[in-house]
Amino acid sequence: MKTFKVLGSGCCNCNTTADLIDRKAKELGVDVTIEKVTEMGDILGYGVMSTPGVVVDEVVVHAGGTPTPAQVEDWIKA
Amino acid sequence: MFAIFTRLADWLAYGIFGLDPASSLGHAVHFFIEDVTKIFFLLSVIVFAIGYFRSMLTPERVRKVVAGRSRAVSYPMAVGLGAVTPFCSCSSVPLFIGFLEAGIPLGVTMAFLIASPMINEVAVVVLAAAVGWKVAALYVFAGLSVGIVGGLVIEYFKLEKWVEDYVWKIRMGETNIQQTSTTFKDKLIYSWGQVKEIVGKIWIYVLVGIALGAVLHGFVPQEFFLKYASADNLFAVPSAVIIGIPLYSNATGVIPIVEALMAKGVPIGTVLALMMSVAAISLPEIIILRKVLKPKLIATFTGILFVAFIGVGYLFNALLI
Repeated sequence: MKTFKVLGSGCCNCNTTADLIDRKAKELGVDVTIEKVTEMGDILGYGVMSTPGVVVDEVVVHAGGTPTPAQVEDWIKA
Repeated sequence: MFAIFTRLADWLAYGIFGLDPASSLGHAVHFFIEDVTKIFFLLSVIVFAIGYFRSMLTPERVRKVVAGRSRAVSYPMAVGLGAVTPFCSCSSVPLFIGFLEAGIPLGVTMAFLIASPMINEVAVVVLAAAVGWKVAALYVFAGLSVGIVGGLVIEYFKLEKWVEDYVWKIRMGETNIQQTSTTFKDKLIYSWGQVKEIVGKIWIYVLVGIALGAVLHGFVPQEFFLKYASADNLFAVPSAVIIGIPLYSNATGVIPIVEALMAKGVPIGTVLALMMSVAAISLPEIIILRKVLKPKLIATFTGILFVAFIGVGYLFNALLI
């Protein structure tokens, strides 16, 4: 099962991103875990400064803005 | 080039609505229609065009480019990149920590954060369309200068001690974020996403700005501004800056007000001081920065900007009359 982490201080875009991943995973019928990372030290630990960032199985795949639904689908399917 | 928006406003306000071109309401409605159509058109076009090119420009890259440079290079670079690098204000905190962690001096980091909300390519183009390229160029020059001066003052007084202690302990990881948007189609999708995100975020500020500008334009007599906001009145510039501090808007949202004030003969320095103050200092931004800056540094930072904006106002009023 894939683990998604959404990096961000809890701003609106971060919540949108987490919701988007959740919705897409349900649509595709894939089980994923989604975790929100809000600690600054942890976010920067991934080398990300511009939030929201997305980490899939400990690999940073995205930073700086809400991802597109197509990107999210790619991550879930990949 | 923008005459089409004037004609559209003529046709709607005077033709369809049948308003009298000489009346206050006619003036105000005409201003509103012209600015709503012109600004939202420009806003969408510019965000789309720039979005296409700048999917490559990220704060992570700026950090790498600025780190380790001499001050003569890093200050101009920080304000220049601060003006064009897109980042959401909620990223100010990780960005601040990441810059310091890379060894970028506090002054350079603050210069980046000062310039960023004040200047952006959308505001510059819309400002140029509204009041001319000369004023837009002056605004950019003044904004970049304020960023550099603000950063240098913070560096001179060695204010690192007023940065929250935990900030210095955070270590940043290395990562290579895969660029997903590389094909032509991906870039277009990204650009369109940018238009939706940015216009969706700032439309309310722009609309309120245009409405206020329209009211000023149509209903407040010129004599009012000549009496209270002329260059002879030494209190006009500080008042403009003080009024601007609690007001919060995107830089683009202030432009219709700038346009209306300049048309009423308010001197350019006073107007630019107001625009900078509204765009740069805001309560939400201060609350976000409080997470990394101790109250003393917040107060110093606000004080420096306050003095700098007043300086810009007086200087331009003295030079350009």
